[in-house]
Amino acid sequence: MINVLFFARIREQLGVAQLTIERADSVAQLLEHLVAKNGDVWAEVLCAPNVIVAVNQEVAEHTSELHNGDEVAFFPPVTGG
Amino acid sequence: MNEVSVQIEDFDTGVETTRLRALSAHTGAIATFIGVVSENVGVISEGIGAVSDSNENSRIVSLYLEHYPGMTEKSIAAIVQQTQQRWPLLGVRVIHRIGELQRGEQIVFVGVSSRHRGAAFDACEFIMDYLKTRAPFWKKETTQNGVHWVDARASDCAAAKRWESNDSA
Repeated sequence: MINVLFFARIREQLGVAQLTIERADSVAQLLEHLVAKNGDVWAEVLCAPNVIVAVNQEVAEHTSELHNGDEVAFFPPVTGG
Repeated sequence: MNEVSVQIEDFDTGVETTRLRALSAHTGAIATFIGVVSENVGVISEGIGAVSDSNENSRIVSLYLEHYPGMTEKSIAAIVQQTQQRWPLLGVRVIHRIGELQRGEQIVFVGVSSRHRGAAFDACEFIMDYLKTRAPFWKKETTQNGVHWVDARASDCAAAKRWESNDSA
């Protein structure tokens, strides 16, 4: 099971804060799965060039591997401080 | 002392600086930064020469700060650790508020103590530059015109980048 989180503008655009996926071997595969299931709007939102992906709370890449129990988060560029 | 707090509550800058001062008899300097919710919107538009609209309708009334619980604390702790490897510091205190903040309220506190002012000034600025570009916080602004997410600024990325080419500090 992979736990997937969405934050800020991305959460609002997708209308979802959190979901779980049975299995994905990489971030790219997770994205394919999410887009196949939810449609092209998800591709537009999640594959936009400035979207940051984190795996287990560390910034990662689309090529990053995933394992059972991982937490994956998608969020826009940060604007704190 | 290394202490990081992510909290809804306001903070007392006097209490925080007193704590930093009391840490060590070697303390010769304390540098602090306090971020405040101003009326100016975060990013107006891209391009040089974009000027803030002074119309009351486009001024900020309040801010909402969202964050990624867990990753926020981890990323700030990593920034503090990096800072301490780079400068000889006696204490570091970081407080970042979350949730709803009104115009004029404090958002962020960074306090650094050291033997000499150079390290304190630089470390304080380094922490802020990295906090702005690495810690997962997002600001949503409310103006009379509506509500919108703040866009990241290229100038913040440039500010953080300059530390990478200055490793001799």
